[in-house]
Formats: sequence, structure tokens, C-alpha cells
Amino acid sequence: MELVVEDLAVARGGVPVLEGVSLRLTGGHALVLRGPNGIGKTTLLRTLAGLQPPLSGRVSLDREEMAYAAHADGIKAMLSVEENLRFWAELHGLRDIARALEAFRLGDLAGRLAGSLSAGQKRRLGLARLIVTGRRVWVLDEPTVSLDREAVGWFGAAVRGHLAGGGMAVIATHIDLGIEAEVLELAPFRAVRRAVADDFDEAFL
Amino acid sequence: MRALLLRDLRLAVRAGGGFGLGLAFFLIVVVLVPFGVGPETALLTRIAPGILWLGALLACLLSLDRILALDWEDGSLDLIATAPLPLEAAVSVKALAHWLTTGLPLVAAAPVLGLLLNLPGPGYLWLVLSLAIGTPALSVIGTFGAALTVGLKRGGLLMSLLVLPLYVPTLIFGAEVARRGAEGMDPVTPLLMLGGLTCGTIALLPFASAAVLRVNLR
Amino acid sequence: MASIWEYANPRKFMATTDRVLPWISVAAVLALVVGLVWGFFFTPDDYKQGSTVKIIYLHVPAALMAINAWLMMLVASLIWIVRRHHVSALAARAAAPVGATMTLIALATGAIWGQPMWGTWWAWDPRLTSFLILFLFYLGYMALWAAIENDDTAADLTSVLCLVGSVFALLSRYAVNFWNQGLHQGASLSLDKEENVADVFYYPLLVAIAGFVLLFVTLVLLRTRTEIRARRMRALIARERMA
Repeated sequence: MELVVEDLAVARGGVPVLEGVSLRLTGGHALVLRGPNGIGKTTLLRTLAGLQPPLSGRVSLDREEMAYAAHADGIKAMLSVEENLRFWAELHGLRDIARALEAFRLGDLAGRLAGSLSAGQKRRLGLARLIVTGRRVWVLDEPTVSLDREAVGWFGAAVRGHLAGGGMAVIATHIDLGIEAEVLELAPFRAVRRAVADDFDEAFL
Repeated sequence: MRALLLRDLRLAVRAGGGFGLGLAFFLIVVVLVPFGVGPETALLTRIAPGILWLGALLACLLSLDRILALDWEDGSLDLIATAPLPLEAAVSVKALAHWLTTGLPLVAAAPVLGLLLNLPGPGYLWLVLSLAIGTPALSVIGTFGAALTVGLKRGGLLMSLLVLPLYVPTLIFGAEVARRGAEGMDPVTPLLMLGGLTCGTIALLPFASAAVLRVNLR
Repeated sequence: MASIWEYANPRKFMATTDRVLPWISVAAVLALVVGLVWGFFFTPDDYKQGSTVKIIYLHVPAALMAINAWLMMLVASLIWIVRRHHVSALAARAAAPVGATMTLIALATGAIWGQPMWGTWWAWDPRLTSFLILFLFYLGYMALWAAIENDDTAADLTSVLCLVGSVFALLSRYAVNFWNQGLHQGASLSLDKEENVADVFYYPLLVAIAGFVLLFVTLVLLRTRTEIRARRMRALIARERMA
């Protein structure tokens, strides 16, 4: 299995932000995206996850292979940790949540209402969701926000475990996760404004 | 699908889920009407079917923004959209959950409130029947309205403006069934119309809702 | 061979309308003046309705355009959904306020006409009610356009709303027909004029209708041009911000 991205261009709010992005990722490997704020990391990741269509270009894997995690974890405050996790597992047709609880040390918190968790604990719950999706490509947007050093270690271990099982990960992050990963610097792909082209979409410019 | 339905139901029933608010609103509307039009029993009897339908419709409308807005705010909607469940199925399930937590209680409460408005005897059966058949359409249409306005910060008022005109046919046929039933006329024709309307919206509108939601998510 | 889709290019559209617009607007004014003057001053009074019948020259064309404007928006929305031509979406957006105004004119003239004829400003006649509902649809459509910042998102959402709204507007029309007959057996206030309009009234009415059609086209083209310019301006600002 292989994730191939060819000549991808993405837009945010109708304005092209990245273009010509090509990458190739094989099973068991991770890719770290880097670039200054506003370069379009989130937009690129959302496009990979199938949440928005690319302007042009191709992503080889179907959106059904992607598990997406971003700033908002989709946690319901009035459900317990276990209920939250079990919902996502069942939505993806799986049952087992023990491994996810274990990986992020959530076992003791399983019965607590998610609303009573600290920010870091919520984040761990949000990341544990990745495991119960059973999907092969993790598409992660700044996954370590509000995690302490120890939790970052658990997260790194979870990613390594995922990769060891033949999975893949595309991660936008600025810190060292302790994972062997290729780094893709996005700055060179910043969309340049072109001279006014005479076709339908460009004619407004 | 079952997981999503159970989750939505569970969230609605837990504290802060807003379950029962629609019901309370329905009660208040019905209580306020006599203050507005006077306590004359004959008049109340005459307008009871319409008032009950209008009250149910407004109670339904009030709770629409909970269908999608909360999931939008905490990011669940993004994640549900990336799940294996087709978005069309997801919005249908959410509409169903809304109906179970709002529409169904309204149907159950309507006869009791009918007593307050002196609804005549034969009217109860048709009132309950028309509400039972008509309120699912209200939930499905409302989900479409909620999907249209989900990305907007103050979308509530706009959603009412968009959804209420779409409610016109359902209200007309529904209230007509209840009115004819109460007056002892034959309510079968509007009942069939209402049923057709509900079936049509349930079959087709989720596609529009999902399409609109996809646009709002990107 | 030139395809009709060429005009979907904003620049081509601007250039063409720039040339055509003066002619259309002059034709609209001419037809309106001729139709209305002919209708108001050179037709006999109706033996039953007196001179009040002459409001027909405003009422009927406005009512026609109220519906046709929505149909035009529906077609433009479909073109946007299928072919994604921005001009089409902007034309739909431009037509909405014009259509809403036409609906309002039809309602207002109807009320003014109805007062001396039926003795009431407003009756819940199926036709009147349908127009009121149509006006509500216009309001919702315009409000949705106004509420969304991103142009493409707004175009997508309003297009779907226009589609769904069209279906429900039709349903409402039938529901209202049913509802009113349910209330008063057989509506007594029939508004069907076409059958009993004599030739003396008919020809000036046709001219007035042509005038309203041309007026509508003029206004929509003008407003579409404005929308395109506004859109260009936003694109320029966005580009400046990016640079």
C-alpha cells in the first residue's frame, strides 16, 4: 500500500495557497509537514482527508483510508470517556476500545464524563479515537497541542505502533515526536500568483 | 447508523441536552393563546386544531439548531463526515433522532393540550394521527435548514426564515386533517397528501442536506 | 462556431453587455411608456370595473415577472451546479431582488385593485397567498446570499436552496389551492383575467408585458455587471493580501 500525491493544489476560502505538492509514502512510514503559519498545512491535510476537494491534482488513496484529527476533537462533554470512544469505534464498524484506552493511559478515566477532563486529557481522548477508526493513514494536524512531555511520549509510541502495523501517518507538527519520519517543507509550494489567464475561473482576477 | 442514533438520543436526554424544552414551549404557546384570543369556548374549539399544529411546528423549529450546530462546534461533524457512514445516512439519522426527541413527545402531548383548548371528541384521533405523520417531515426539512446555516455564527434567525416557508405545505395539510377531523368531515384526502409529502421529503431531502453540508464542511 | 457558454466568461460577458445594455434599456423604456400610456389613456373603461381595471397594466406584467424571475434563478442555479460558471451564479443572485420587487408590486397593485372591487385590501385567495409565499422564498434566498462570506460557498448553498425552494413553492401552490377550497367551497374571488379580457385591453397589455420583460433583463444585466465588478474587487483585495 502506498500513498501517492501528485501535483496537488489546494485553496482556502477560494484563494490558492499551495500548488504542485507531490509526495509518496509507503506503508510503515511517516511524513512530517513543516512550514510557517498560514502556509496551508491544515488545508492540505483536510484535502487529504477528503473534507474538501483539491483545486487540481490527485491523491491515490480513497478518503475511506484516512483517519483525520485536528484541533477540535469532537468530544461530547456529556458522554463518558468510554462512551465517546465506543461511539467512534462503532461508527467505524469496530468494537475493541481497550487498546486505544491503554495506549493513551485512559483506563482510569474511562468512566469519567469527558466534560470533566483537563485539556491534555481531552486531547489524549481525541487521539485515542485514531486507533479505534482502524484506518491505515493517520492525517494529523498539530496533534501534540496541550499534551505534556509524558503524553507526547505515549503519542509517539502510538504512532510507532501504528507504523509497525503497516500504517502510515502524515503529521503537521513543530516538535520532535521521536518518530523516524521524512520531513516535507511546504514553503517551496506556496502558490504564486500568475498573470491573468484567459479562462473562466481566472477571469475574475 | 445505530451508534450515531444512540449517541444523539443519549446526548439529548442527558443534562443540558435540551430534551423536553420543545415540549415546554409547546405547552406555553397553547396556554398563551386563550390570553390572546379570549376564553370563549366556542372560538377555542374552532381554532384548536390550527393552534395545536402551529404550536407543534414552532416547538420543532426552536430545537432545529441543535441537530447540527453542536456537532459543528466541537468538530464532530468533520469526523462524522470522514467516517464510513455516507453523509446522506448521517443526516437522515440525525433527523430521526430529532424526531424521536422532539416530534414524538409533541405527538404524545398534543391530546392533553387539546383538552385545554376544548378540542371536540372526534378530533383527537385525527390530531394525533396528523401530527404523527406530519412531524417527521418537519424534522427532515428542518435538518436541511440546519445544514444550510450550520457554518454561520448567528444562523438561528436566518434558519427560521429559510425553514418556515418550506413548512407551509406540511402545515396546511396537517392542520387541515386535524380541522376536518374535529369538525366531523372526511379527513382522508389531506391525510394522504400529508403522508405523500412526508414520504417524499424523507426520500429526497437528505440528499440535498448532505450536499449542502459537504459544501459547508469544506 | 461560437458557443453560448462563451458568455459565461466574465470578461466576454462584460464586453457584450456593455454593447447591448443601452439598446435593451431604451427598448424597455419605450415599451413601458407605450404600453402604459396606451393602456391608461387610450382604452375604454370597463363597463363593470370602471377605470380601476387599468391597474391591470402594472399588475399582470409584474405578477408574470415575479414568477419568471424565480424560474430564471432556477435555471441559473442549475447551470452553476452543473457547469460552475460564476456569471450564472451571480446572475441568479442579481435577479433575486428584482424578482422580489416584482412580487411586491404585484401584491401591492393587487391590493389597490382589490379594495374597490372586492371591498377588501387582502383576501386569502389561493393566488394572493401563493404570491405572499413566493415573496417569503425570495426573502430567504436573498438573506442566505447575504449571510455567507465565501462567494462559492454562497453560490452552492443558494443554488440548492433555489432548487429545493422551487419544489416546495410548487407544493405550496397546490396546498394553498386545496386549503382555500377547503375553507370556502369554490373560491368566489376569481382572479382569472385572461378569459375575459377583450382585444382593446389585450394589445396594450402585451406591450406592457414586453416592457416589463425588457425592464427585468435590463435590471438583471446591470446588477450582474455590478456583482461581477464587486467580485473582481474582492479577488483583487484577496490577491493583495496574499502578496
